[in-house]
Amino acid sequence: MEINKDLVAASSTPIVLAILAEADSYGYAILQRVRELSGGRMEWTDGMLYPVLHRLERLGYIEARWEVAESGRRRKYYRITSQGQTQLAEERRQWLAVDATLRGIWQALSLPNPAVQLRAAAPRPLGT
Amino acid sequence: MQVSGDTTTLEDQINQWRTYLRHRQAIHSVDVAELEDHLREQIEGLIDAGLEPDEAFLVAVKRMGNLDALSREFAREHSERLWKQLVVAPSEGESARVAVQTDAIVAIALAVVAAVLIKLPALFGLDLDHDAGLYARNVSLFVLPLLTGYFVWKRRLDMRTLGWIALAFVGAAIFANVYPFHSEGSTEVLTALHLPITLWLAVGIAYAGGRWGDSGRRMDFIRFSGELFIYYVLIALGGGVLTGFMALIFQAIGIDTKTFFSLWMLPCGAVGAVLVASWLVEAKQSVIENMAPVLTRLFTPLFAAVLVAFLGAWLWTGRGVDIERDALIAFDLLLMVVVGLLLYSMSARDRYSSPGIFDLLQVVLVISALLTDAVALWAIAARISDFGFSPNRTAALGMNIILLVNLAWSAVLYIRFLRGRGSFASLERWQTDYLPVYAAWAAIVVIVFPPAFGFV
Repeated sequence: MEINKDLVAASSTPIVLAILAEADSYGYAILQRVRELSGGRMEWTDGMLYPVLHRLERLGYIEARWEVAESGRRRKYYRITSQGQTQLAEERRQWLAVDATLRGIWQALSLPNPAVQLRAAAPRPLGT
Repeated sequence: MQVSGDTTTLEDQINQWRTYLRHRQAIHSVDVAELEDHLREQIEGLIDAGLEPDEAFLVAVKRMGNLDALSREFAREHSERLWKQLVVAPSEGESARVAVQTDAIVAIALAVVAAVLIKLPALFGLDLDHDAGLYARNVSLFVLPLLTGYFVWKRRLDMRTLGWIALAFVGAAIFANVYPFHSEGSTEVLTALHLPITLWLAVGIAYAGGRWGDSGRRMDFIRFSGELFIYYVLIALGGGVLTGFMALIFQAIGIDTKTFFSLWMLPCGAVGAVLVASWLVEAKQSVIENMAPVLTRLFTPLFAAVLVAFLGAWLWTGRGVDIERDALIAFDLLLMVVVGLLLYSMSARDRYSSPGIFDLLQVVLVISALLTDAVALWAIAARISDFGFSPNRTAALGMNIILLVNLAWSAVLYIRFLRGRGSFASLERWQTDYLPVYAAWAAIVVIVFPPAFGFV
């Protein structure tokens, strides 16, 4: 499923912050988690995550540190800051409002639930 | 054998990919390292899933995304890097070269127009010697509209912003010329000094291409202003050498070049150089590593040392500060230099590095400047009733307060950053948000002061 570029961009901040709120992580693992959570429905271009991470770092929402991973390579880990936690709460509040509004209008329109159709279609394997 | 052969080709491929990525100026080597770690993990995952190494490499690279788009995203996030090493957005050979040429032609043509404009009043019998006041009040109007025009052309500004900028220039022309100034009075001098400060904001808005609200663009404009100043000084020095030689060799054949110099070369060169210098700063950012930050690195410790020594000596000797009538201007200049040092070291600082010794020095500089200024202000306040509020003193006092507020809050933000309680970005934002304040104050001096002080 193609998700509109603007929507991907807008949702990237809360998604990344929320994943980092679970535990410290690094780029590749964050992308894996996004795939897992969305059931493969959200596809980010891998490279594009990094400018997002750098922006969040500049804004002070997350902090980075270099560590040597078990593979022996240097890896950049990110950690959410207290400012990031506050931002996450704020983002969450806003997204819930958007979500509630949409739910309301979907119900009023009583459109058939697209999730049902989706489940009927063959699920795409993770990570493709 | 087969396996080791595969790993070498894979390593070669990764090497090639890395080299290719390193040529992207917006992507620094630490970012390349981060992306490479990603690529390697992706490849390992794909090989585990049963792909051949070269297939895995191709898939991993493809997932990483289009490198042009990626490098654009990095450039958007790290615009300060482009400043250090200019990237002309689509650097595709021929068309980029043509663009650079057009740019040069436009800039030089505008410089010639500026030179013609400055000589235009002479046609109507207004010359530099007898109407110095008129020239002084209007000098920014001969140059800055053209400079603004250059950026309007370069950034393809929208009509609405253009309208506001034009309005600002028209307003400036009116306020500079309708007031009945006493010849060579202080309000006239104040207008001449403050008008360019106000109009510099208009240049900034054009420079930012209508995205003045973006604090990154404003920071770029600060960088631009600093570099422009340095280029201008360099050009002026070169011009001085040229003039010296010209005078010498023409003297040898008995021709006096003095009139030609003062009537033509100096005024035309001085205005034309602003446009040429701006074009150079725009086009040649990469040739000279930014100079302003280098100078600030050099002088921040020295200024801090002088100020600390001054405060120490003042406390030690217990001498009162003997303040002259117009000493306030000297302290204004001091604060301006300190704000400049702060701005340009900030503009070049890597936002991500943690506080270091230089940041500490910076705070020492700001605080010692604040204390020095407080000492001076205190001395002046004690005698303000003797001195009275002349236009010059009021303007100097206003400027002093504006700079003081800027530095005081900067010190607070900087200390917060040093203690890990705030981000460097908030300090940057404070400085870039403060820019309109200078312009607004200068506008007040230009518009309100002359009538308020009876045009003396």
